[in-house]
Amino acid sequence: MTDISTTVDHAHEQDAHDHGPPKGITRWLFTTNHKDIGTLYLSFSFLMLFVGGFMALIIRTELFEPGKVLLNPQFFNQMTTMHGLIMVFGVIMPAMAGLANWMIPMMIGAPDMALPRLNNWSFWLLPFAFAMLSSTLFMSGGAPAFGWTFYAPLSTTYGPPSTDFFIFSIHMMGASSILAALNIVVTIFNMRAPGMKMMNMPIFVWGWLTTAFLLLAVMPVLAGCVTMMLMDRHFHTSFFNAAGGGDPLLFQHVFWFFGHPEVYILILPGFGIISDIIPTFSRKPLFGYHAMVYATVGIAIVGFLVWMHHMFTTGAPLAAQLFFMYVTMLVAVPTGIKVFNWVATLYKGSITFETPMLFALGFIVMFTFGGFSGLMLSLAPADYQYRDSYFVVAHFHYVLVSGSLFTIIAAVYYWLPKWTGRMYSEKLGQWHFWLTTIGMNVTFMPMHFLGLAGMPRRIPDYAIQFTDFNQICTVGAFIFGFSQLIFLYIVLKACLGKGKHDAMDRVWEGAKGLEWTLPSPVPYHTFVTPPNATTLQTESHAVF
Amino acid sequence: MRLIFTRLFLLISGLLLMTDANAASPYLNNLNMPYGVSPLSHQIYWLHMAGFYVCCVIGVLVFGVLIYSLIKFRKSKGAQAVHFHEHLGIEIIWTVIPFLILVALAVPATIVLAHIHNTDNSGLTVKITGYQWKWKYEYLDQGVSFFSNLSTPQDQISGDAPKDANFLLEVDHPMVVPVDTKVRLLVTADDVIHAWWVPELGVKQDAIPGYINENWIYVTKPGTYRGQCGELCGVNHAFMPIVVKAVSKADFAKWVAAHQGGAVAAAQQALLKPQPAADLLKAGEPLYIKNCAMCHQPNGQGLPPTFPALQGSHIVTGPAVGQINMVLKGVPGTAMQAFGDQLDARTLAAIISYTRNAWGNDALNKKNGNAIIVQPTDIEAQNK
Repeated sequence: MTDISTTVDHAHEQDAHDHGPPKGITRWLFTTNHKDIGTLYLSFSFLMLFVGGFMALIIRTELFEPGKVLLNPQFFNQMTTMHGLIMVFGVIMPAMAGLANWMIPMMIGAPDMALPRLNNWSFWLLPFAFAMLSSTLFMSGGAPAFGWTFYAPLSTTYGPPSTDFFIFSIHMMGASSILAALNIVVTIFNMRAPGMKMMNMPIFVWGWLTTAFLLLAVMPVLAGCVTMMLMDRHFHTSFFNAAGGGDPLLFQHVFWFFGHPEVYILILPGFGIISDIIPTFSRKPLFGYHAMVYATVGIAIVGFLVWMHHMFTTGAPLAAQLFFMYVTMLVAVPTGIKVFNWVATLYKGSITFETPMLFALGFIVMFTFGGFSGLMLSLAPADYQYRDSYFVVAHFHYVLVSGSLFTIIAAVYYWLPKWTGRMYSEKLGQWHFWLTTIGMNVTFMPMHFLGLAGMPRRIPDYAIQFTDFNQICTVGAFIFGFSQLIFLYIVLKACLGKGKHDAMDRVWEGAKGLEWTLPSPVPYHTFVTPPNATTLQTESHAVF
Repeated sequence: MRLIFTRLFLLISGLLLMTDANAASPYLNNLNMPYGVSPLSHQIYWLHMAGFYVCCVIGVLVFGVLIYSLIKFRKSKGAQAVHFHEHLGIEIIWTVIPFLILVALAVPATIVLAHIHNTDNSGLTVKITGYQWKWKYEYLDQGVSFFSNLSTPQDQISGDAPKDANFLLEVDHPMVVPVDTKVRLLVTADDVIHAWWVPELGVKQDAIPGYINENWIYVTKPGTYRGQCGELCGVNHAFMPIVVKAVSKADFAKWVAAHQGGAVAAAQQALLKPQPAADLLKAGEPLYIKNCAMCHQPNGQGLPPTFPALQGSHIVTGPAVGQINMVLKGVPGTAMQAFGDQLDARTLAAIISYTRNAWGNDALNKKNGNAIIVQPTDIEAQNK
């Protein structure tokens, strides 16, 4: 299955000999190199992180005290909508795709992604999609203001004119994701080096394989959803319009059939990253590799059967609510298995606390915390009180910020020396971790209390009893936001700095995996001849 | 660093445990879900606490082992890694035990959920309709029906006046219910999706156009309970609060009598009396600010193109009949509602007169030969 004919590879090696990157802008525009495309994805995601983060700070400034602080409510709603869309589609997903592009070929011993030109296209759709989405801010009537979940009929009959630009940009993002996912599936199935069996793959590759299938399954559903919106807005259909015989709830079913697997799309690759980092800095193999793989796939399958837990208060019949409550509670089982296995990996290890490890440990603690609020949310009766309150806001920021975003930051620290050949400053990295962690908790912890006390989400103004905690949240948000400048400095210094290439090939003492057998910085072309994964893995194991 | 980590953990768990401190006094202590005043809110509260305690126990175990490992097995303390990496038995244990815990949680959750769905044997039925951005309450068997608007003055929102204690949580006409009575709620919406949420009554029910959702309340203690719209419904989502006043059964009967059909019709007849122009214009400004300015803005400039300007508008400076009809019947598919159902003739006359006079519209109306002042009878003539 994984054998690649050796004759082909020899020919390939001749072609690729001394074939460095072209110079100038065309290198980036026309590149088909997985490392370049990975860099493009990651840079784009980093830029969007600051755009979306800036919007978050505008939101938090408006919420610093009751009454109007800066914005009119219309612009506030545009900010919450754009913040959500940018963070989900413009930061987390491209960052994960960037890491996949960089790491999957190097982890499975492939020379590149299977479909390199498609790869170029799947990235270059994104800047245009987001340019179009951001341009709505400057349009008459303003940007979409109906929240990132864009519930009909607020987004159809009542949406601003710019909604059509939003629909088209969602289509482009969806196409980009589908192409990237296809490429990843084909690469993992066909391009593995001899000896790299499925059950030998790093968990990150497993996480991405599962994610790619999820993307292929649900992105077309999202595309269908926004197309129905477009039809309702301009072609006199009534999919979501009750007055025309349509059903506003159909929108929510379709949206969340996409939306719930989407949250696993955002986190499963991150689970993989953590499953690589924890063993490295514990100097001990991952505990329960098989259980981890099964849990990943299990979460993905169960993830298709829980979408209505976003709709407990919509008046669903008792039987439907019970079914979705039970299945949702069941998600806690495979997720728990993951957390228990990470902790078991740490147990009796030989642990050090470099920055990637700090972020990974921060992830385990705070993601588990987000998982707890998730378990509470799964209890349908209690959900009647939590739904659409700040409790939900706190929950999904714990699983997305200290979840997905932390895993991405951990991954960047973990592989940055491999990519650039330069070690980052450990001292600055630690500062970054502690400021981020403190900022994160000061921002989002009080939101639990706000939600339980009755503060709805997506409001630009609030009753005075919510003032204290909102002010704490705002202070935390600024600590969190500005500490990311440290991260920016660290990454830019490693990428563009003039310092010596001081990183060793096997950057971390406990690291194993094919990527660490390559030089640091990684050459433009790697594994032009497939490595023998079995031999390399044996050598790699001997390091421990 | 170990110290910092431990302290952080203690801080988190400390905050968590505090949440149980003061259950019965919502808003005084903002840490936990209110215990509320309805059997549903009590049951939901206990289910919430059960879920919370289960999480606490799991958290102490998992984070305990984690922190123990981080302290004990550090390379700097000379720890050597032990190379075990798989154990089927332990995987089964930590699959089965959480599953059993979940089953134990699912049992009370199922019971409470069935209780929420049981709207039988109610003593009163109230239909609640969400509008952008107000609530309408209809007491179906009593023939009482009214709109409930935010009553917080605009200058408190803009920061020009000190905020009162119920800032953004006060309305002109609260929903009134008798205590110790099961009240069935029929919840729907006229335009976009809203959600009727009063934390102390344990009810959040989405109001969806085309659907009538059911839920119920049973208030055990007289008092005033406040909530807000729970589903993003457009620009003034934050400005459509819910106030429920629970009164004794006798007081409720009196309230119904005062608001039933006959009394209301007599009051409406009185409202049709012609008004002096100066009175209409004077009354018009605050009414405009309260009912219209959220979209059309206090300066009449609107937020085009979604919310058109009224200054120089061809409707407002056109024939009065055209404007009256638009205000009465609304514009379908936009936030411009049919105000004929919502506001009385005198209020509408004052608002329309005010807009036809303000922002230089008076000069345009004079030039076009259109009336500036509109009387309640003009409104009534169109509202047939």
